[in-house]
Amino acid sequence: MRHRLSKLAAIALATSTMVAVGAAHAEDIKLGILFGFTGPLESITPPMARSAEMAIKEVSDSGALLDGSTVTPVRADSTCGDAAAATAAAQRLVTADHVNAIIGADCSGASAAVLQAVARPNGIVMVSPSATSPALSTAPDDGLFFRTAPSDARQGVVMADVLMKAGLKSVAVSYSNSDYGKGLDEAFEPAFKAAGGTITISAPHEDGKADYSADVGALASAGGDALVVIGYVDQGGKGIIQAATDSGAFSKFILSDGMYGNSLIKAIGAPLEGSIGIIPGAEGEGHTKFLTMAKAAGVDGTSSYTGESYDAAALIMLAMEAAKSSKSADFKGKIMQVANGPGEKILPGELAKGLKLLSEGKPIDYEGATAVKLIGPGEASGSYRIYTIKGGTQVTDYYE
Amino acid sequence: MEILNAAVALLNYVIIPATSYAAQLSLGALGVTLVYGILRFSNFAHGDTMAFGTAITILFTWLLQSFGMTAGPLPTALIALPIGIAATSALLLLTDRAVYRFHRKTKAPPVRLVIVSMGVMFVMNGLTRFIIGVKERNFADGDRFIINAAQFRHLTGLHEGLAIRSTTAITVVVAIVVVGLLFWFLNNTWTGKAMRAFSDNEDLSLLSGVNPEYVVKVTWLIVAALATIAGVLYGLDKAFKPFTYFQMLLPIFAASVVGGLGNPLGAIGGGIVIAFSEVSLTYAWRKVFSYLLPEQFLPHGIAQLVSIDYKYAISFIILVVVLLFKPTGLFSGRSL
Repeated sequence: MRHRLSKLAAIALATSTMVAVGAAHAEDIKLGILFGFTGPLESITPPMARSAEMAIKEVSDSGALLDGSTVTPVRADSTCGDAAAATAAAQRLVTADHVNAIIGADCSGASAAVLQAVARPNGIVMVSPSATSPALSTAPDDGLFFRTAPSDARQGVVMADVLMKAGLKSVAVSYSNSDYGKGLDEAFEPAFKAAGGTITISAPHEDGKADYSADVGALASAGGDALVVIGYVDQGGKGIIQAATDSGAFSKFILSDGMYGNSLIKAIGAPLEGSIGIIPGAEGEGHTKFLTMAKAAGVDGTSSYTGESYDAAALIMLAMEAAKSSKSADFKGKIMQVANGPGEKILPGELAKGLKLLSEGKPIDYEGATAVKLIGPGEASGSYRIYTIKGGTQVTDYYE
Repeated sequence: MEILNAAVALLNYVIIPATSYAAQLSLGALGVTLVYGILRFSNFAHGDTMAFGTAITILFTWLLQSFGMTAGPLPTALIALPIGIAATSALLLLTDRAVYRFHRKTKAPPVRLVIVSMGVMFVMNGLTRFIIGVKERNFADGDRFIINAAQFRHLTGLHEGLAIRSTTAITVVVAIVVVGLLFWFLNNTWTGKAMRAFSDNEDLSLLSGVNPEYVVKVTWLIVAALATIAGVLYGLDKAFKPFTYFQMLLPIFAASVVGGLGNPLGAIGGGIVIAFSEVSLTYAWRKVFSYLLPEQFLPHGIAQLVSIDYKYAISFIILVVVLLFKPTGLFSGRSL
């Protein structure tokens, strides 16, 4: 009996030393990248994933994370639209691939589903680069959910502000009958009214119709200085603008971020001149640096949410170093700290420097590609680029 | 001046869009009504026949454009149209040979043929998507406007603008020409007369030496031409997407039933009734009223009777009302 006890003690001792040694030694950290590689966002997710992988490679190659740990990305398909498929993919990342954190999901609906069904039960941190629904701000998340993209609640306020600055006090609103369209419209309308504006009509449009002349008839009947179009560039939003310019109902348009795209300018042409649009975007040293790095890596850094994806990956890894642990439960509290500082500013391409500072116990303020500043429940405060369409291209007016 | 402004607004937002829509519906309804008259069943595959013909026309239009061939101010699709019609004719004749002929020979009841045509609809549905995909395709080129809103305002000094798109004008002109040709054919040629005779009384026409297979073949050829022309005009004027053509089936059927199934004149009348009802009931009348009524009588809202989302419900309601009170349709066709 005594013999057996001592044997047990010996095993216990051996395992505990192994664990202790393991913590101090390099490990292979896995990060899940859960984007909709198929589905409605399939055209923009590849550059997003490659941007996140750029940050992962940068850290992994530097050997500066947790005593030379390597980081491996694991891609999974969120499908964007199908919450059940997204949940299954996330489940696989956590249980089969044993990822330490998830970069994603890309769409608001998929993010909300994965957060409740996978991230919270397993205690896994999620950082989404592109989910913008205001509903995610209030969803219970156990401190696990962050996003490097701003909530549309903020875009609504910025839009109202842009209209006021342009002297457009009475507008008609046409929004896509989708979660995105309704969410942004609900944020925009109160903000615009509070600023003293009048909304003559606010009507939803269905995406995917062949003919929007009847919708435009109603909008034209209500009138206004301009038509605010909250929708998708290849869908009903374009149809509304086409019908409105064809019938001469409106000559000035205000475009939400979903309406950004060269296909719109190509399709509508000259009548779009002078219209104003807003799109998430940052200026500054970090963004320029990111664009150069992306170009060198063969990634289109100007594509939507690429900077946000790089930043999402970088934040996770910096927070790991700050917490001296690759476990979500340990580093989830450090994300806000590394994102907001105070401390030395860290730009894209300087992740190794940031990790080194953190390992020495010095604070950092991660600026990244999109001038990251997280507010409230861990979402980007959001900087937007306001542009006017002049000479067939989007000319930047200012940032807000 | 106020009355003129009201009239221009009415023209711009109601009468012109409804007229081109009526032309497109009428051409579609003519195809449905011909199949019903000669082959005696409701062809559910008609919407997808239109989509197929349009898809082939679009592919050929792109080919012509890549060679640098255009029709100048007119859309290139008009040159490609005969190819689309030829391909659709081949498809319909093949379908008739492979599917419908068997049921015709066995004297199948019309309800079985309706179900068979639904099967054909699903196959054509898939075929069209397989050929051109599910996305929206734009293939209109040439001059976009005959007169645009800004030019009209400048020209007349009115506050309201009037825009006439070239595709709208082409739609109406082509529809009138095609309908004229069809009526001439039905009334003045031997084949046309044979078709009408076959439709009126099958046994009597057989006794008079009408070859039924010949009549059926000619009918499918005419249906192919009508469907492709209707589809291409709709696509030019609006946009091509396979799914919207499938949705067009309801207003097209409503138009042919309202006018009276089997009666070509009724198809046109039905098309006009459905198109004008859909457009005028979903139009927000405030703008027109604002020119006509004094300030204090002006409605507070936008004076829209039915939301645009219920556009298809209008054709449904008209269909139900007509079937209840005048089952043979407004222009006395056959009852269903």
